[in-house]
Amino acid sequence: MPSQASTVAPDVDALYYFIYWLSVIFFAIVVGATFFFVVKYRRRGEATTTSGVDHNLTLEIIWTAIPTILVMIIFVWGFKGFVRLYVVPAHAMQVNVTAQKWFWTFDYPEGVNAVNELIVPVDKPVKLLMSSKDVIHSFFVPNFRIKQDIVPNRYQIIWFEATQTGTFNLFCTQYCGKGHSEMVGKVIVKTQKEYQDWIDQASGPVAGETMADYGKKLYTSRACNTCHSIDGTPNTGPTFKGAYGRTETLADGTTIVVDENYIRESLLEPTKKVVSGFQPVMPTYQGILKQQQIDALIEFLKTVQ
Amino acid sequence: MSETAQTMPTRSYLNHPKGLWTWLSTLDHKRIGLMYLYLIMTAFFAGGMLALLVRFELLTPGRELMGADMYNKMFTLHGAIMIFLFIIPSIPAALGNIIMPLMIGARDVAFPKLNLTSWYLYVIGALFMLFSIITGAVDTGWTFYTPYSTSTSTAVISTAFGVFILGFSSIFTGLNFIVTIHKLRAPGMTWFKMPLFVWALYATAILQVLATPVLGITLVLLMAERFAGIGIFDPAMGGDPVLFQHFFWFYSHPAVYIMILPGMGIISEIIAIFSHKKIFGYRAIAYSSLGIAFVSFLVWGHHMFVSGQSELAAGIFSFLTFFVGIPSGIKIFNWLATMYKGQILLKAPMLYAISFLILFSIGGFTGIVLGTLSVDVHLHDTYFVVSHFHYVMMGGTVMALLGGLHLWWPKIWGRMYNERLAAIAAVFVFVGFNVTFFTQFFLGTQGMPRRYYTYLEQYQPLHAMSTHGSWLMAIGFFIMGFYLIHAIFKGKPAGPNPWGALTLEWTTASPPPTENFDKQPLAEHGPYDYDKVVAKPTA
Repeated sequence: MPSQASTVAPDVDALYYFIYWLSVIFFAIVVGATFFFVVKYRRRGEATTTSGVDHNLTLEIIWTAIPTILVMIIFVWGFKGFVRLYVVPAHAMQVNVTAQKWFWTFDYPEGVNAVNELIVPVDKPVKLLMSSKDVIHSFFVPNFRIKQDIVPNRYQIIWFEATQTGTFNLFCTQYCGKGHSEMVGKVIVKTQKEYQDWIDQASGPVAGETMADYGKKLYTSRACNTCHSIDGTPNTGPTFKGAYGRTETLADGTTIVVDENYIRESLLEPTKKVVSGFQPVMPTYQGILKQQQIDALIEFLKTVQ
Repeated sequence: MSETAQTMPTRSYLNHPKGLWTWLSTLDHKRIGLMYLYLIMTAFFAGGMLALLVRFELLTPGRELMGADMYNKMFTLHGAIMIFLFIIPSIPAALGNIIMPLMIGARDVAFPKLNLTSWYLYVIGALFMLFSIITGAVDTGWTFYTPYSTSTSTAVISTAFGVFILGFSSIFTGLNFIVTIHKLRAPGMTWFKMPLFVWALYATAILQVLATPVLGITLVLLMAERFAGIGIFDPAMGGDPVLFQHFFWFYSHPAVYIMILPGMGIISEIIAIFSHKKIFGYRAIAYSSLGIAFVSFLVWGHHMFVSGQSELAAGIFSFLTFFVGIPSGIKIFNWLATMYKGQILLKAPMLYAISFLILFSIGGFTGIVLGTLSVDVHLHDTYFVVSHFHYVMMGGTVMALLGGLHLWWPKIWGRMYNERLAAIAAVFVFVGFNVTFFTQFFLGTQGMPRRYYTYLEQYQPLHAMSTHGSWLMAIGFFIMGFYLIHAIFKGKPAGPNPWGALTLEWTTASPPPTENFDKQPLAEHGPYDYDKVVAKPTA
């Protein structure tokens, strides 16, 4: 099991190891008996008649009753743990989660948002109010031992309380198509103070940072890199390398020069003018990117040549 | 062992009448079963090749052979072919068809024409799936979850229609077997003198007849959704995607027992024959088959613990799931007790039976882990699940199928295979299987999600090990293919009863005549009366 980083993880692991060791014991009995019998009762010479014993009530009651009692213990323990995983503490802070092909967006009550990076304070219960824009996705953080499918057209809720700071993997675990295995994010657990600093700064570039550098950060933090490379290889979308100023042929056969307005339009209405040879699968960034962030991304694209 | 050389019967179901058309129009259950076996083994080969490609692609996180789109189609096809074209029909339609009527001393199944119809439906269903592969294949996973399956641009309809037709093939076989077992048993064979393989096929047939129509309905709704946008599953039209999952698993969970119950039947036969001992707990094994069949209808929700169904529903499904575990455990204890004080002979079928005991136990224990609610939340949709169901499906059903093939190969063809090669192949398959799949338990507990084309660098060593295991398994299967085919042409004649077994199929010639028996057989003793009767092995 991966390291335990949430309040529920120790209980889940304890039950897991309880079943694990019970299984090891029973497995040893089954395999041990098999090999012992194979050796001890191996056929020597021609077969003869053997014992006709075909039942033994005491034995059968024992090997029915013991496993039944054990699995009932496991059931009750598992059910209690399950309820704990899903009952949200009353004072939890809320983050809205939007899943779509193939990235995560996190919206904070302060009006800040983040893509593929869920930043939370340590030792504070966090309630995730989750929805999907297209197909079913699933929110899974192995270190927290939590997972929840996100079904379109309804909210689904899960909660956790991180017990240590650090960076943890976030996976989509419900198959959602071509980019499923790249729908991977991070949960970054910060101290209460670091978290507050991040909220304060998250709305713009830090002091001394150029627009292009800020745009480069957005390129990964807003998950452009899931579909657009900067090394020239085509992915789900065209590469950003040399994109600015390039003349592209669109799906309808017309051509267009990639300039500031085309980039802006492609972010806000991505399926309107799709480059020939690519599927119109990009989601809109309307409402996710602020004007300043769009400016920064355009400046960044100019530098990728 | 008998010293007298056996000869092949001059006239058998294999060589009389001759000609391709006499096979394609045959009503003989043995020929139909054999034609099933050819197709099923072809499907197994195709599905196995796809598995090797999938595993090879996963050797490193980067691109080995194919892109993500192709990979998604590969694992979908691997699953769909292995489930619908291979495992579900494998034991009942192929081995069951050939052996079951012989076992109960019947001339044929109750409805021979329906039996042939089933085979042709299987062919048509397979052709639809082939057509879908040619027209771009499908990338939904074998589970067809909505709304992905209603929105993807791939060939969902032709695949779903193929599976729909295969479902009818399965229903007809089930119906045929139920009537055959009720009406055509030899004089003297009461219900509790039936071989346990027959009991297992009977429980399976009930599942096939009752559960498969639900799959048919689900697939029709799915196709209607794509054709006409009726909006049952699509949330954009007010439908509920989780409803699809309920429908789907209402069939596909019992389907797991359509796959495993016949396997358990074969294991009961093999262990009794090669321990030369009366089976322990005959009634417990027979009733537990029916018990498993019944409870399997009530546990589908354990595939959906994190789908957003209510906590109460999840609790009830988890509770009931453990009651499938208990009868399975009882069977294992009964098989062990059968071996106790027996006279055990480690022939190839017994090697596979022991592989089954070990691998199916691991599949069962990990099933308990996954049935436990709080633990399942972490492990759901990870490689732990992938490994668990391969231990049950491949470690269970496929090992039993291989055991059954090695047990009845001499009956089907009248000739023995090379025992030494058989033992070597069994070891390769067993070791390769564990290297491939045991590593995946570690991947799963570490959080590696399933159906991932690429993955984080930290999982690479385990993925590489798993891929290497798949090569060991492939070597085992190629050796097996070689000596089994070689035996058909060059094997030593086996005689009617090479293993000294007591069930009725061993009282007629190998291969049997078209009429199965020269005169009406009588069940003079029970199928496992090794305490009273000794039959001399003929090979």
